[in-house]
Amino acid sequence: MSIDRDEIEISLKARCEAIRKVSIEVNMKNENLYNYILGIADNSLILGQRMGELCGHGPTLETDIACTNISLDLFGQVRSYFQYASKIAGDGRTEDDIAMLRKEREYINVLLVEQPNTDFAYTMARQFLFDVYHLAFLVELQKSADLTLSAIASKSIKEVSYHERFSSDWVKRLGDGTEESNTKMQEAIDALWTYTDELFHQTEADKAMVAEGIGVDVTKLKDSYYRHVSELLEEATLQVPESKYFQKGGKEGIHTEHLGYMLAELQYMQRTYPNMEW
Amino acid sequence: MSDEQIKNLEEQFEARIARDEKIEPKDWMPEKYRQTHIRQMSQHAHSEIVGMLPEGNWITRAPSLRRKVALLAKVQDEAGHGLYLYSATETLGISRDEMYEQLHTGKAKYSSIFNYPTITWADMGAIGWLVDGAAIINQVPLCNTSYGPYARAMIRVCKEESFHQRQGFEIMLKLCNGTPEQKEMAQDALNRWWWPSLMMLGPTDAESIHTEQSMKWKLKRKSNDDLRQQFIDQTVPQADILGLTIPDQDLKWNEERGSYDFGEIDWDEFWQVVKGHGPMNRERMKARVGAWERGEWVRDAAMAYVEKKQERKEKQAV
Amino acid sequence: MSTKNWPLWEIFVRSKNGLEHRHCGSLHATDAEMALENARDVYTRRNEGVSIWVVESKNITASNPENNGELFEPAQDKVYRHPTFYDLPDEVKHM
Repeated sequence: MSIDRDEIEISLKARCEAIRKVSIEVNMKNENLYNYILGIADNSLILGQRMGELCGHGPTLETDIACTNISLDLFGQVRSYFQYASKIAGDGRTEDDIAMLRKEREYINVLLVEQPNTDFAYTMARQFLFDVYHLAFLVELQKSADLTLSAIASKSIKEVSYHERFSSDWVKRLGDGTEESNTKMQEAIDALWTYTDELFHQTEADKAMVAEGIGVDVTKLKDSYYRHVSELLEEATLQVPESKYFQKGGKEGIHTEHLGYMLAELQYMQRTYPNMEW
Repeated sequence: MSDEQIKNLEEQFEARIARDEKIEPKDWMPEKYRQTHIRQMSQHAHSEIVGMLPEGNWITRAPSLRRKVALLAKVQDEAGHGLYLYSATETLGISRDEMYEQLHTGKAKYSSIFNYPTITWADMGAIGWLVDGAAIINQVPLCNTSYGPYARAMIRVCKEESFHQRQGFEIMLKLCNGTPEQKEMAQDALNRWWWPSLMMLGPTDAESIHTEQSMKWKLKRKSNDDLRQQFIDQTVPQADILGLTIPDQDLKWNEERGSYDFGEIDWDEFWQVVKGHGPMNRERMKARVGAWERGEWVRDAAMAYVEKKQERKEKQAV
Repeated sequence: MSTKNWPLWEIFVRSKNGLEHRHCGSLHATDAEMALENARDVYTRRNEGVSIWVVESKNITASNPENNGELFEPAQDKVYRHPTFYDLPDEVKHM
């Protein structure tokens, strides 16, 4: 039997090429999944950090404790997401490396969650505008083909349902409370409204993950989001903002000026004392 | 009531406490008992919530997510403990708002230790290890104090606090097993927190004005000096495990006493801080008063909302 | 100055089904709904409960300790309400 060396060579080359292609696809898929997880987790990370700032400074002890609970829930979610992301990255980076050692442009949270605790109206308005989205998002993520994400979503839904109730109640209290609180809540809603549209933007990772049956198609959540939010604002005797001008960029790592200062604190220890265990 | 009758009631009252009976809110009690309890319990509550500030200072900068959630949970517990204690004090006929008022105007005191700054991450370890360690020594006997609501609140507090000191010691341990820079950070924190922790257990017995009465009412089971000795004796071996040096040249095991001898405490510093001139007294009060004032419109709005809702309901019913 | 303080509520928590609700403390809230939420955050942070009751403190009527004599002492000598009052032969077990 004669062996055609050329033929073998060709077939080997083809095989290598095929394997390379598959591994690129796996890498791409992993990279998309990794970025997708970061997109979800960064929202919880930055909002958790904002809520953490309030600990000890709330309007009553009871509210203080409640806000810290929200922060703790969010950080709990963050840890689950980043531990999973760390496994996918497989390059030895830990949850803390991912959380604390990226550059500003590499954080891909939405702009809404990084807005400061200007006053309690801003804090609750921000929470409410995010919670309504977050809950709807998690309900969909629960159906993800990725079992880890689906499991994290199932656990988080219980926490976020409570957040949503808590923040909605406060929007109603402040909206329909005193004249002063109504003014303040209206101002907060007006100021933060411009960041709501970004919640429904799709990134490349989003699109890829939706195609895989892993990700949530956020564009489909938009209508019911605005319907729900508007109804609640009306119940709270607040005006639904009419502005059609929206800010975006967070999902591409282009943030407001506030994020840099947050990261300076979040990353301080890891940057000042690199490669140490705490 | 005649003086004679009051004296009689007082004798019965003291006898009840001596029999280890608990006093409950609606029971008759001498005015002095009520006032002393309001003072000590509210001071205890204030210490919890002012105590949130030095540690809260590091929440946003905690070095890892694990440390961050542990610290958040710990500071949140302090809010909870403040709340339990305020509630227990309210059974004596004073409102939480009145107690806040006393804190904010400087009439009421809180533990002096919280007037020191937390300047490095190791301070989170030192506070958990030393300050919570000293607090536990003070608090455990209070689970058995004579006033029922206080005793019950303390049982809850002590149960929950058990993780606090471990949390702090673990931070220290990690630093001491880390790089030389980390160990140095730990030693520096111990150097700064050691003496204030000893002062935290109160002035020496000779200077302490409330002790005798407090012993009778089981607000205190041991004298300040005894508590301090107990704290030192239990903490020195822990420092050895960490490989840290207690910043006291006179610290020496005394075979005869079965205890450590230790150096002179700088009581001038103690009284300076108590009187409001510590490094952070002003900042701490500013933070508390600020949070309260910034929250006023929020609290008012929440009340107004409920009243409106109630009115609407009543109108509908008519 | 705030016009009105948030009222005080008494909190009762059932730690697991089969057990009664037990008083565990109090807190401030504007209404029952908020009291329930606050109670959840304050008193069940460590899995302490499966059910919560809240009652506004002012709605609790308590007996007056001054009347303890007439209220509770008369029950002290009614020993016949207790099983040990009755003499039974040893042969009768478990009654």
